[in-house]
Amino acid sequence: MTPELWGIVWLSLKVGGVAVLGCLPVAFALAWLLARGRFPGKLLLDGLVHLPLVVPPVVTGWLLLLAFAPAGPIGSWLESWFGVSVLFRWTGAAIASAVMALPLMVRAMRLSIEAVDRRLEQAAATLGAGRWRVFASVTLPLSLPGVLAGTVLGFARALGEFGATITFVSSVPGETQTLPLAIYAALQIPGGEAQVLRLAGISVLLSLAALLVSELIARRAGRGLHVL
Amino acid sequence: MSFDVDLTKRLGEAEIACRIEAGEGLTVLFGPSGAGKTSVLNMVAGLVEPDAGHVRVAGETLFDGGAGLDVPVAERRAGYVFQEPRLFPHLRVRSNLLYGRRADDGLDVDETIALLGIAHLLDRWPRTLSGGEARRVAIGRALLSDPRFLLLDEPLSSLDRARREEIMTLIERLRDTMKLPILMVTHDREEAARLGTRIVEI
Repeated sequence: MTPELWGIVWLSLKVGGVAVLGCLPVAFALAWLLARGRFPGKLLLDGLVHLPLVVPPVVTGWLLLLAFAPAGPIGSWLESWFGVSVLFRWTGAAIASAVMALPLMVRAMRLSIEAVDRRLEQAAATLGAGRWRVFASVTLPLSLPGVLAGTVLGFARALGEFGATITFVSSVPGETQTLPLAIYAALQIPGGEAQVLRLAGISVLLSLAALLVSELIARRAGRGLHVL
Repeated sequence: MSFDVDLTKRLGEAEIACRIEAGEGLTVLFGPSGAGKTSVLNMVAGLVEPDAGHVRVAGETLFDGGAGLDVPVAERRAGYVFQEPRLFPHLRVRSNLLYGRRADDGLDVDETIALLGIAHLLDRWPRTLSGGEARRVAIGRALLSDPRFLLLDEPLSSLDRARREEIMTLIERLRDTMKLPILMVTHDREEAARLGTRIVEI
């Protein structure tokens, strides 16, 4: 592998990793709200969370661009408070990947939270555990396999992000050009087939590995074993 | 007065009304399946909120619909043995037993484990236990949480004859030595007659 290839792979892993880690607490909080919460507008929130799954990615990217542009609501705030902009930066690519991975992560986590036997939580409460202890000692460990599986799935999704990323932060080699974007760029160059083949191969391997890990975790959970 | 309970609750079509005024010892809540016995235990434990009435145990008011008082489940200190063991599947037997343990000690841990005959199970996972073993661990977990009163929901159901006898002897021992108020649900007349200091029909 050439240093250039390594650079692309490393950037993709960095963008995907940061995206998923940043997304994790948000996704878990949303999954918790949707699984356990009873509030008006729950259906609307559910819809909003799932929007990136059904809206054309290019639209998601464009909406992100509007929000994070220097004059946009989030962009102007970032600019004035921190003096930073995420446009054309890998951080922007991570944000795009995070938004696109969110629905998948929330779905998996929500299912695993809903699968936790409420009667065990009741038992913990009668044994003197307050809400937080019930959550930390019963709900969280029992839903952990699903949370981990959802996170890995989200990571796989983030690695494959294309449409929203290229619309939002463009395709800057070494900064926002992740694997899918590099494949697309190589396709535009005459004689770039060999590069496309290499990148595509790596892409398939990484995705397959992530899916396998996710599946293994889910299986262990299915056997009722403790993951950690 | 160990149990002073008077409550009503509408659950769908059915209306549960229950009145218990019981002194020391073991009070049996007796009645056919579906009469709402478990619901009464859940209301005494605080897992289900009654529509009206009051729950007082050993002189302490846990619920009073009129006064708007409803002590949270975690602060009621009920030793609740559910109909199913409800052991935490991700914790070994030892951690299950000590889950509700308080800093200020109640029963001696080793003595309780010996009394229940579960010393050899401490390092096992709940899913590897037989029905009778899981039931005894569940009883131990409730006892070691230093409860102010015990709620037993069909503690002898789905056990074979030998295990039933064992658990029955254990409950008799708890009733006679621990002086804890016990409220037990059953639909078995023989059980009710043998264990109950008094029987309340529902």
